[in-house]
Amino acid sequence: MELHPVQSTGPQETFVLNLGPQHPATHGVLRVKLTMDGEFINDAVIVAGYVHREHEKMGENRPWDQFLPNTGRIDYLSAMMYTHAYVGAIERACGIEVPPRAEYVRVITSELNRIASHLVWWGAYLLDLGGMTPLLYAFDDREKILDLLEALTGARLTYCYYRVGGLAEDLDDGFVEGTREFVKEFRPRLKMFRRLVSENIIFRKRVEGIGIIDAEMCRKYGATGPMIRGAGIPNDVRRAEPYSVYPELDFEIPVDPAADSMARYKVRMEEMEQSLRIIEQCLDRLPEGPVMAKVPRVLKPPEGDYCYATEAARGRFEVRIVSTGKPVAHRVRLRTPCFGNLSLFEEAARGMMLADGIAMMGSLDLVIPDIDR
Amino acid sequence: MKNIFKEVVGGFYTLTVGMGITLREFFRKPVTVHYPRESLKMPERYRSHLIFTSNDDGSSKCIACNLCVKACPTDCIIVDGEKKEGEKKKSVTKYDLDFTRCSLCGACVEVCPTDAIVFSKRYNLAATDRQQFHIIDLCRDLEERNKKKAQ
Ligand code: SF4
Ligand code: SF4
Repeated sequence: MELHPVQSTGPQETFVLNLGPQHPATHGVLRVKLTMDGEFINDAVIVAGYVHREHEKMGENRPWDQFLPNTGRIDYLSAMMYTHAYVGAIERACGIEVPPRAEYVRVITSELNRIASHLVWWGAYLLDLGGMTPLLYAFDDREKILDLLEALTGARLTYCYYRVGGLAEDLDDGFVEGTREFVKEFRPRLKMFRRLVSENIIFRKRVEGIGIIDAEMCRKYGATGPMIRGAGIPNDVRRAEPYSVYPELDFEIPVDPAADSMARYKVRMEEMEQSLRIIEQCLDRLPEGPVMAKVPRVLKPPEGDYCYATEAARGRFEVRIVSTGKPVAHRVRLRTPCFGNLSLFEEAARGMMLADGIAMMGSLDLVIPDIDR
Repeated sequence: MKNIFKEVVGGFYTLTVGMGITLREFFRKPVTVHYPRESLKMPERYRSHLIFTSNDDGSSKCIACNLCVKACPTDCIIVDGEKKEGEKKKSVTKYDLDFTRCSLCGACVEVCPTDAIVFSKRYNLAATDRQQFHIIDLCRDLEERNKKKAQ
């Protein structure tokens, strides 16, 4: 059969457009090389690595507990969950039993952290789409969470609050009341957010049916968290591989089968609601007692290979440690959610309009240091 | 045709709802603090750079045991001490903190046997010269604070 070249109907010209490394929509130093055909994305190549800091290597050249400050700096927006995975891995290796009070406090602070993280995403996403106001409202509420956590841990982002075997310090006086008050105040605010944004016609036109990322693609690239739940699969580490006290708590895993940007948006909004429920239950059940287990001064996990996964705000975060019985790790592997979530951008963005591509990228909720780590 | 009409009217309604919310917020009290004129009180556990605590006579409690140096993940503390005659314990002569490398993790404070160091609440840290943060001299800082107190 003879092949005929496709008749071109106009000048076929593509050009390369750099999105980043300094671009407000990438929320950090990420570069995406776009091959554009007019307004349409022909091809996208991700160039990551601008903020690579060798966290894994750092974990392998210092005593186990000295890696703790690093864990808060991988994904600075959900520092609590990241530290939880790392201390959890060591506790599993050493067979340390964490006191129940410490576990409950860990869950409360993690969920507060999740809400704070989703609020940043919510504000920044709408900023990407051109709405300035929601960001300010979101930061108003986030500020309250950060104040609570600051009074508790002494820091606003890089908490470094968990220790192997428990917590650095017990709760401070105002924390329980402060958190209860926050939960009470935040529910109507969430409702207000919904009326302000989720039903807004301009917003809906920009996200509904746009940026379809189906379950198949999520599986292919290892996308987790709200990405895969927004594709209709109820995959959540808190339920799939329960850790800490999550099995005792009553909460739902929000899913949305629509698989578009709106689905991911809705899942995250619903997750905040569920986090509030978890916090309330934990506050009601908070047991008395110590917050720190007996832990040897120098940690030497027995020889072996251990994993611990947590559900961070952006998806599954997993720490794998390989110990040779020495006070220093042989291998620390960090499986971060954003890397998988970003990888599918190349495939998903093909054929999209540039503005829609940005709207889709925002719905991935990227934190760049988490990709490069 | 009917659908388009419905969408336009319905869409316009959602916009007015949003406008209504922002209008109501407009009359709320501002949530910000006007910083140079007013400032917030730092919480008890706030973590800024290290400072010495002192005994009643104004001397440092540090016994130059080097435990904090060993506990620090980023090697940002340098401690030196000497044993004065007639005293049982060493006393500190030099305590330099490289604040550019400190991650404020708290390992040093936790490990200190004499509670000689604590986190300060100084958040107004700004300088035009990076050198100022390479060496924060805790001994000198304590002296200066003592002098101020004496005045
Ligand atoms: S807070 Fe951490 S990093 Fe800073 S001096 Fe102390 S041990 Fe070192
Ligand atoms: S500050 Fe504390 S831990 Fe550090 S040398 Fe002095 S006494 Fe030892």
